[in-house]
Amino acid sequence: MSIDVSTDILGVRNLRCSIAGQQVVEDVTFSVPATGITAVLGRNGVGKTSTLRGILGLIHRRGEVTLAGEHIDGLPTHRIVQRGVGYVPEDREVFAKLTVAENLALAERQKKPRREFVDALFPDLVQRRDQMAGTLSGGQQQMVSVARALLNDNRLLLVDEPTKGLAPRIVTEVTDALLEASKIVPILLVEQNLEVVRRLADGAIVIGGGRVVHTGDAREILDDGDLTRRLLGVHAEVGA
Amino acid sequence: MSMLVLTLITGVGLGALYFLVASGLSLIYGLMHVLNFAHGAFLTLSAFIGWLVANALGTASWGSFLLSIVVGALVGAAFATLTELVLIRPLYERHIEQVLVTVGLSFAAVALFEGIWGTDPINIAGPPWLKQTTEVLGARIPNTYWVLMIAAVLVLAALVLFLQKTRYGMIIRAGVENRSMVTALGIDVRRSFTLVFAIGGAAAGIGGVLAMHYTTFVSAHLGSTLLIFAFIVTVIGGLGSLTGAAIASVLVAVLQQFANSYLNGTGDFIVVILLALVLLVRPSGILGSKA
Repeated sequence: MSIDVSTDILGVRNLRCSIAGQQVVEDVTFSVPATGITAVLGRNGVGKTSTLRGILGLIHRRGEVTLAGEHIDGLPTHRIVQRGVGYVPEDREVFAKLTVAENLALAERQKKPRREFVDALFPDLVQRRDQMAGTLSGGQQQMVSVARALLNDNRLLLVDEPTKGLAPRIVTEVTDALLEASKIVPILLVEQNLEVVRRLADGAIVIGGGRVVHTGDAREILDDGDLTRRLLGVHAEVGA
Repeated sequence: MSMLVLTLITGVGLGALYFLVASGLSLIYGLMHVLNFAHGAFLTLSAFIGWLVANALGTASWGSFLLSIVVGALVGAAFATLTELVLIRPLYERHIEQVLVTVGLSFAAVALFEGIWGTDPINIAGPPWLKQTTEVLGARIPNTYWVLMIAAVLVLAALVLFLQKTRYGMIIRAGVENRSMVTALGIDVRRSFTLVFAIGGAAAGIGGVLAMHYTTFVSAHLGSTLLIFAFIVTVIGGLGSLTGAAIASVLVAVLQQFANSYLNGTGDFIVVILLALVLLVRPSGILGSKA
């Protein structure tokens, strides 16, 4: 697969990741365009989350990773983030013993963080600024997690299963927020909920057995019943 | 009644000393997952240098006493910072090796201190008031205990203020919960490691100088003896919890004093039994988070 540095924000070539010596991503190559939302799809356990964590250097990885043409594969995680990569982890990972305001303040890297933008997206959090993040509902914690990534002028967001375990109303709210965010920053999204993928994603990368097995337009993949069944192990009408 | 009051207050005073040592241990483990066996060496060196300063300026004066505490804190912080930068940082994420290097440093430090200051304890002196007692409800409380309590309260207040009101404090609190997520927010958490070592070293340094006045001598093994109880306190309080360390310090020391006074000097034995019970019933400690 070729990576076009003029249109792609992220290039991943021959990425291999391991956790405690166990290979979790075999050999992944793909690129992410500088606009819109690109979904990473695949069955459970194929290495989607590990791919995101590998890009960010949170787990041991080898291979090439470029951000706007610059190599970031040799950098520690905090330096990659400082270069403009926001991260919304699976399971939110808010700091439970810190307040909402502290969780957000910790994420602010620039002198003028986009507080107004975040407050407008998640008004519920404004009222809960002094509440301990650990006492929030799952949906509210997800809002904190997404808000942390949106406070800075990032060049790319890595968002891992943002709707996992959330009530339908909150799923809509988080989806709306990501759609709004995608207008200002490209997003690489890992998501199991195909309805959400259909609504959000422009392109899709399908991982199977630790490798990229298909790339293309997200809706085209979801509309092709046979392909969806074969690649994702689910019926296409789920997202119809 | 006076015996009860004496035992209780001296227990709290001893707990204050334990807290001064344990606070740094707990913070270091909480953030870095390093059991720092070299913590006693920070304490011992601070005590020796503090003693040299006080001795040079005149042991009877309050000025030299206070200055020796400040110098002790600075020496502890400097020694701890150096340890983190030179020995711990190159072994980042290799926790077993990090623990082993602190064990090695603790042995080497004791040998070095014995080489410099000899193997025999050196008797020390301080302001005369420290050797006097203050009567409380009929009990005559040695004044050293009041100084220990004041120092521990001041250190606890300073640590709480630092952790709650500063950005670095916020980073440390967040790092204790989830270190990798702190780095995923673009923060170089290793800077906080050095800071936590320095803070822990400073607290141990203050503890070292005061421990010297508590025991009325300084020796190369001063830190090793206290470190055992500081570890016990840290485990019982919950590894990584400052409040837990404060509560456990007082709990352990009061229990120890009561057992020593009323159960034929079995204080140390009772403390070990308490540790075993806590590990069996609540392995995460009083306020520690479950692994």
